[in-house]
Amino acid sequence: MDLFVSQLMNGIERGVIYASLALALVLIFKTTGILNFAQGEMALFSTYVTWWLTEQGLAVWLAIVTSVVLSFLGGAAIERVVMRPVEQSSPLVIVIVTIGLFLAFNSLAQVVFGVEAEVIPRAYPNERWDVAGVNLKMDTVVLVGILALECVLLWLLLQRTKVGLALRAVASNPESSRLAGVSVGSMLMLGWGLAAALGALAGSLVVPITTALNPASMQEILVFAFAAAALGGFDSPLGAVVGGLVVGVANALTIQYVDALDGIELLVPFGLILAVLLFRPAGLFGKVHVERV
Amino acid sequence: MSADVPLLRVAELSAGYGPVQVLHGIDFTVEPGEVVVILGANGAGKTTTLRAVSGMIPARGTVEFEGRSLLGTRPEKVARAGIAHVPQGRGTLAELTVEENLRLGAFARRDAQVASDVERWYEVFPRLGERRDQQAGSMSGGEQQMLAIARALMSRPKLVLLDEPSLGLAPIVTQELFRVLGELNRETGLSMLVVEQNAGLALGIATRGYVLEAGTIAVTGSAADLATNDDVRKAYLGI
Repeated sequence: MDLFVSQLMNGIERGVIYASLALALVLIFKTTGILNFAQGEMALFSTYVTWWLTEQGLAVWLAIVTSVVLSFLGGAAIERVVMRPVEQSSPLVIVIVTIGLFLAFNSLAQVVFGVEAEVIPRAYPNERWDVAGVNLKMDTVVLVGILALECVLLWLLLQRTKVGLALRAVASNPESSRLAGVSVGSMLMLGWGLAAALGALAGSLVVPITTALNPASMQEILVFAFAAAALGGFDSPLGAVVGGLVVGVANALTIQYVDALDGIELLVPFGLILAVLLFRPAGLFGKVHVERV
Repeated sequence: MSADVPLLRVAELSAGYGPVQVLHGIDFTVEPGEVVVILGANGAGKTTTLRAVSGMIPARGTVEFEGRSLLGTRPEKVARAGIAHVPQGRGTLAELTVEENLRLGAFARRDAQVASDVERWYEVFPRLGERRDQQAGSMSGGEQQMLAIARALMSRPKLVLLDEPSLGLAPIVTQELFRVLGELNRETGLSMLVVEQNAGLALGIATRGYVLEAGTIAVTGSAADLATNDDVRKAYLGI
């Protein structure tokens, strides 16, 4: 039983990590209609910025906040400079451009910050508590708290504000949004900026928990984040969180209990996703797109 | 605004798509309170005319709204100036709810009466009120056309551009639509520029009309004149 609970906690911690990046993927998809394959590497670069700032003597929290703000501006700039010229192109072209960004940011991080593994100081103490026999890590508590806060703020922004309405409108029908007086370019820049900021926060908090910072730090997380978003539905922030948790827990429990799949544990979470998508192609929480013409 | 300045003045307007020129220097005006209809066959340049006015495609010539030039102005700025364009195909924001579609229509407004305007249009278009929380894309074509018009009106425009509102709708739905449009014009004095192939219904609510042929204005006159003009009757009324 103890083993089960501790594996469950492991799974939840991994799940929250995946969910935090999946949330950025969902945000960019919901506001621009783009699957951003570069999300992980953008977060990697932002995490390097955080690390660099701490190396310059900045306190960790201050470094993270600075990096989040810079990433917001950087994300908006990427939309304006890199994505805008291909905005009207086919989805295939856009996907390839985001894959190009993936490679560019990974290489840029190596050139600028080097390939040595670096250690980011933790933003909070590495404590563990014993709660009714369950080993609770502060990492998990902090990540869950921040993720919950992000979800609430995102929901408020998208569902309860005029800017949020315009963000969703632009993703749904840019031409009609323009005719209603919405500056489509500003909204796309805002969407990219917000997603980059979320990614920066996720990377800066997650990397110190998982590995030393190196150019491959975010790649595994990105794959799982995509899986989480696909499972939950690419247009649902709540789906991203639930999807992340399901993937994380399923993976952790498989590693512990299914010896037959030793080394190929990934089969279970991804098999689960396949099964869900067979019956609900829009994901667990995704809105099924209905359009009469 | 002095009385002799038209609400919309278009002169020598030329526009097209890439190397293909569709409009070859057309002139027309819309006076305050008027419903002006532009008739024409497929490919005559009706949609291009509206797209040029609202800045969705580049154009040459003169487009003046309340005496100020709009040429080269971006669509979102044209919308903010008071021109609401109901595009062909209705431009429904399919993933948003009916009510969100309407609230988006009021995006450029800064006043506090958006909610009461939403209720007002639910009264005019009761079907929209019944479906306020429904995904807009799931509604029928006629309902989506009503939604597109209501969304345009939510901006409290001075001029509405309507691009073939009857397209793809059942005759009875089209009749109802034009009845509402005519009523709106009579009761609020809202100016409209309608392009249509359904000449009978459009001329029924119009003050004046133009016939567009291959990118030039071929005939112009009052709605009554056009409705009795032999060429127009043969070409567009099927009589």
